[in-house]
Amino acid sequence: MSTAAILQAIAFVAVIALLTRPLGAYLYRVYEARPPFPATLGRLERLCYRLSGVDPSTEQGWVAYAVSLLLFSALSMLGTYAILRAQAGLPWNPQGFAGVAPDLAFNTAASFTTNTNWQSYSGESTMSYLSQSAGLAWHNFTSAAAGMGVALALARGLTRHGGPDSPRTLGNFWVDLTRSIVYVLLPSSLLIALFFASQGVLQTLAPSLELTTLEGVKQVLALGPVASQEVIKQLGTNGGGFFNANSAHPFENPTPLTNFIQVVMIFVIPAALTWTYGRMARSQRQGWALFGAMLALFLAGYGVITWAEHRPNPALAGLAVDQSAGNMEGKEVRFGVDATALFATATTDASCGAVNGMHDSFNPLGGLVPLVNIQLGEVIFGGVGAGLYGILVFVILTVFIAGLMVGRTPELLGKKIEPREMKLATIYILIFPLLVLPLTAWAAVSPAAGAVANAGPHGLSELLYAFTSGAGNNGSAFAGLDATKPFWTIGLGVDMLLGRFFMLLPALAIAGSMVGKRAVEPGPGTFPTDGWLFGALLVAVILVVGALTWFPALTLGPIVEHYLAGAGKVF
Amino acid sequence: MTRDATVTLALLVQAARLTLVTLLLTGLAYPLLVTGLAQLLFSSRASGSLVEDAKGRVVGSELVGQGFTAPGYLWPRPSAAGEKGWDPLASGGSNLGPTSAKLRARVQADVERLQKENPAAPGPVPAELVTSSGSGLDPHLSPAAARWQAPRIASARGLALERILAVIDEATEGRDLGFLGEPRVNVLLVNLAFDHRFGASPRPAPPGATGAEGR
Repeated sequence: MSTAAILQAIAFVAVIALLTRPLGAYLYRVYEARPPFPATLGRLERLCYRLSGVDPSTEQGWVAYAVSLLLFSALSMLGTYAILRAQAGLPWNPQGFAGVAPDLAFNTAASFTTNTNWQSYSGESTMSYLSQSAGLAWHNFTSAAAGMGVALALARGLTRHGGPDSPRTLGNFWVDLTRSIVYVLLPSSLLIALFFASQGVLQTLAPSLELTTLEGVKQVLALGPVASQEVIKQLGTNGGGFFNANSAHPFENPTPLTNFIQVVMIFVIPAALTWTYGRMARSQRQGWALFGAMLALFLAGYGVITWAEHRPNPALAGLAVDQSAGNMEGKEVRFGVDATALFATATTDASCGAVNGMHDSFNPLGGLVPLVNIQLGEVIFGGVGAGLYGILVFVILTVFIAGLMVGRTPELLGKKIEPREMKLATIYILIFPLLVLPLTAWAAVSPAAGAVANAGPHGLSELLYAFTSGAGNNGSAFAGLDATKPFWTIGLGVDMLLGRFFMLLPALAIAGSMVGKRAVEPGPGTFPTDGWLFGALLVAVILVVGALTWFPALTLGPIVEHYLAGAGKVF
Repeated sequence: MTRDATVTLALLVQAARLTLVTLLLTGLAYPLLVTGLAQLLFSSRASGSLVEDAKGRVVGSELVGQGFTAPGYLWPRPSAAGEKGWDPLASGGSNLGPTSAKLRARVQADVERLQKENPAAPGPVPAELVTSSGSGLDPHLSPAAARWQAPRIASARGLALERILAVIDEATEGRDLGFLGEPRVNVLLVNLAFDHRFGASPRPAPPGATGAEGR
């Protein structure tokens, strides 16, 4: 690995580690104590409650919390569907784009509501500025805030003192949603968006600009309010770019510095939430154990992609090409291999899905890592909120397995893990492959899916990646699909919705059943969940579950492609 | 109505109202505020980083690549944005995988063409000159890929090689903060610098004569 790649990794880990505690403490204050800035942000918060008729002092049980989340998601999805369909008649449409077709509007509305941001359209040739800002970036805030709500609810369920007299509530969805936006996402987005604008990220309502290039050719520059959307797309681990090329586009991500900040933004809230969780559990070591497990898996992924992409592209083998820069197909010169590898690792560790280079053109093992990262459940820091509730489900599974090994009833933070929680955790973990594998198989045989751009095993990887990315609510793509075909718009829309809500509901149900349990003091036989041993066991469980589930499919895709590429085969 | 139905109805009303409130706040007020402030503080950057030639004519954006085919100009990478490449309304990469026969054929054709058009170039073709970027709008080349073209530019402009190399070296940007990203050369800015120092390039070859503007 090059010196720059190592320095970049050190700087990245240092920045994340240094931000985790202060931001984690800030988040704790926002949700669990007295929120800061009462005169400004507090006023805005109270205004939101007044306008929506919410009483912030009430708490909800898991069912009311879940119903609130589902209702809000359904209505906001309808809202976006309506905006996209009607954009021709709405303002901020300087290019005069027509309304979005029904199946594409459904796919896009589902995609942004579920925090996936899979994009079957090209923003610059499909979406008006209003559709981008109000239809899509709006969801970047709300879907991230909803995910944070579920994470908080599960953390409360695990950490609150239960008992016969204690209320079995998990907080208030409206309050968690509002506070996530008002205290966390909105102010930080505003500041970073201005910094991005100073670096060359667009922020204008002017129409596209036609100019004549130095050689006298006409070029039309697509413009728009990009910076405001760019920041929340990263910070909310959403990933839907203003432009088709996403963060590879120089108007979204003009310099290596903006690129580094974009990657930091993917991880910063999920990392901080591990600290918040530790604070709620009254033991910071609980949070750092999760952080450590995540960090180890992140570094492994980064190492493999960097190594794989520094190798030459096998399709170019034997041609008179100097590939000392590594595999540059689909990568930007300003980022090169290292900064692209960092972005690709983080965006798929988390459920972000933004890209600054094309994963489809990665070398076989370089492309394997993003796919595996998503398939492990996006628990390596993970999505905003989704990462914490995802890893907590794996924590429950790990505690259960450890309990089986030593023959004791499994406990987490002193609360017994019983059959109901294990069933729910199993549903959570199984729903993902149960969606992805049959749908991929269907796409491989159904003529309705259309052709894939790449033949051979890479074509199968493209299908597998699409449904994995959809159900995992990631949104990055290997692309190469005929993604505007109804098979894909509808199929992926359903994949995303089921992947989001059938994982989030079991997580909330676990919270609901855990919150009432009395926590007992740890005894000599208690398996501690806060040390290196537990962190290592957690990593092992995540890897074993992932390997058992996905290895056969991966063998037919990227792994066989790696060996065929080594033998000089092209398709 | 049962109690559950009443509660659900109340939640529905709250959901509808909060949907509107968040839409107004994050979907309209926020982007408008950012636009206003960005235009006030960083107008030229936020409006596209446009570049003018010596006559004050806008010839492009510093950040968005454009095609060049004249031998006296630095040529950019192949572009997969749009049919002919370099179309900012169709940004994107080729999405060709590492075992793609199409990719191999494309690169092979580009290598043969580049070698023919750059007979004095040193060594094999640098990878970026035959690989398309992720955006299709990459404005940069690595210093090596720029210097590789210098003999062709020097002979087209009838200048000493050193003078061309000097302009390229001067325009080379290092890694950000010393370790982020890669060293690079902005193709449009270098070509403007050539014109500024040495006079306008001989007119480009007629469209279609070479493939450098497309794949």
